[in-house]
Amino acid sequence: MAAVTHSSDEPDQPDNARANAVVEWINDWGGVVIDGVSAVGDLTLFGWRTGVWLFTRLPRRETLLPNFYQVGVLSLPVVALTGTFIGMVLAVQSHFQFSQIGLETRLGAVINMSLVRELGPVLAATMLAGRVGSAMAAELGTMRVTEQIDALESMGANALHYLVVPRFLACLFLIPTLTIMADFMGVVGAYFYSVFVLGIDRHFYLHNSREFIGGFDLFVGIFKSLFFGAAIAMVSCYRGFNCTPGAEGVGRAATAAFVISFVLILMLDLFMGIALDTIYYAIWPGGAKLFF
Amino acid sequence: MVELTRDNSTQQPLVAVEDLSVCFGRQTVLRNITLRIPRGQTLAIIGESGCGKTVLLKTLIGLVRPTQGQVIFDDQDLSQLNDRQLSRERLRFGFVFQNAALFDSMTIGQNVAFPLRQQGNCSEADIQRLVLERLAEVGLPDSVVVKKPAELSGGMRKRVGVARASVMNPEMMLYDEPTTGLDPIMSDVVNELMMRARRRSSVTSVIVTHDMRTARKVADRVIMVYPASRLGPDESQIIFDGPPSELDRTKDRRVRQFVQGEAGERLMEMRQASRQLD
Repeated sequence: MAAVTHSSDEPDQPDNARANAVVEWINDWGGVVIDGVSAVGDLTLFGWRTGVWLFTRLPRRETLLPNFYQVGVLSLPVVALTGTFIGMVLAVQSHFQFSQIGLETRLGAVINMSLVRELGPVLAATMLAGRVGSAMAAELGTMRVTEQIDALESMGANALHYLVVPRFLACLFLIPTLTIMADFMGVVGAYFYSVFVLGIDRHFYLHNSREFIGGFDLFVGIFKSLFFGAAIAMVSCYRGFNCTPGAEGVGRAATAAFVISFVLILMLDLFMGIALDTIYYAIWPGGAKLFF
Repeated sequence: MVELTRDNSTQQPLVAVEDLSVCFGRQTVLRNITLRIPRGQTLAIIGESGCGKTVLLKTLIGLVRPTQGQVIFDDQDLSQLNDRQLSRERLRFGFVFQNAALFDSMTIGQNVAFPLRQQGNCSEADIQRLVLERLAEVGLPDSVVVKKPAELSGGMRKRVGVARASVMNPEMMLYDEPTTGLDPIMSDVVNELMMRARRRSSVTSVIVTHDMRTARKVADRVIMVYPASRLGPDESQIIFDGPPSELDRTKDRRVRQFVQGEAGERLMEMRQASRQLD
């Protein structure tokens, strides 16, 4: 009835507004999808070009060592400290549940398994993303904004080879060390808390820990950490290189580097965990089923 | 005949820019620029902020990839070179950045030595000697070698930038607003350094500047770039091309206003914009 009252010259305004809103909505989401696909493509190309430089020419010692020091040596204390606390927290949280069913002597097995397979590598990677990844993005972002990257290239250096490859190698090679440190300190922290504070029998705690943890569990954690390290380095360097001008741009690059790295770490953790377990049970079928 | 061989226009240019366009997203910064720079010439590029002068300068060394057209340096199309070849060619350039762009994490000595170490042909003793020589040429004492860029004043940083860009004796020097932000005396010092570099090795230079004193004093030739957004589709972005002495005689109102520092129609545009806001 309402439509009949409108003359042919006057458009149906509510309908038009709704149509415009839908078009705008599609436009906005289209923009988001295009930006996302473009960013993924850009990051892939960035990674590919870094890989080409990695295998073409190794960086010089003077560019490698400061990055190795920054990533490895300076990250060790914080990773060790957080690893210790995570081990103790796990002991506190698990003790109540396990004591309810009289299995507190199995605490070591559960805590150590969680630490070695999941929490150790994820914790080390998170600390690396927070401490080193965002610093890398901020440093490279500042270099981009102040034209230092252009200056580098204008003097015959390749910025990817000079700036990204050393950071990538430092993250790739040193994250296993950080993971081992996080695992070790977590295991030690959990042991001390369980035995000396919670009063669990030392012999059974150690016996059960040894019984349930194998070399493959340690391997899974360390192997995953290599991918975490590579992801952190690539994402952080990419965000730094593509930093928008100004202090806000640098801040945003640092934040985005951490957030994207963290999400990637968790995603990689899930998919690699599934993949590695599937491979394990395919090779040694005697193990328990993965999903059921 | 002798005169003809001296005439720059008949020489093979060191740099030829052919039908160059650069767009960032939907924004066209440079449109169909064609330019030839003969060997030994000092060219000043003037124009208002945002007209694309720095982009043009960075395109000459391959730091910005053209959307269309090509930059030919010494008979080589820069866009056809791979990363490694381009890096090698860039050693033939010296680039002085607007804010010097010195590496924060390095000392002044390491900054100036960077291109020499990058090339890898010099012994450490030669590098040390060349660094001190270049710093002395720009009037800086040996003691600055161990300092970090943050410890120097703007003028000193700019001079270190000149020393770093010229340490390889490049065939072409590119200066991005070399006197911006400096006091008149320090500006003149930098002008003198640019002229000295040209006298010493007849280097080809391109200077992007707003400073008309620099353009008049240092350049053999001046071009003025006008923002593409303010031009019609068929108008050339280079609205002036000639010797500095012609700048005052030109009939183009836009060039005269820029040279004389008159806001002119920009003020009217601002008034109109503020009226529309009201």
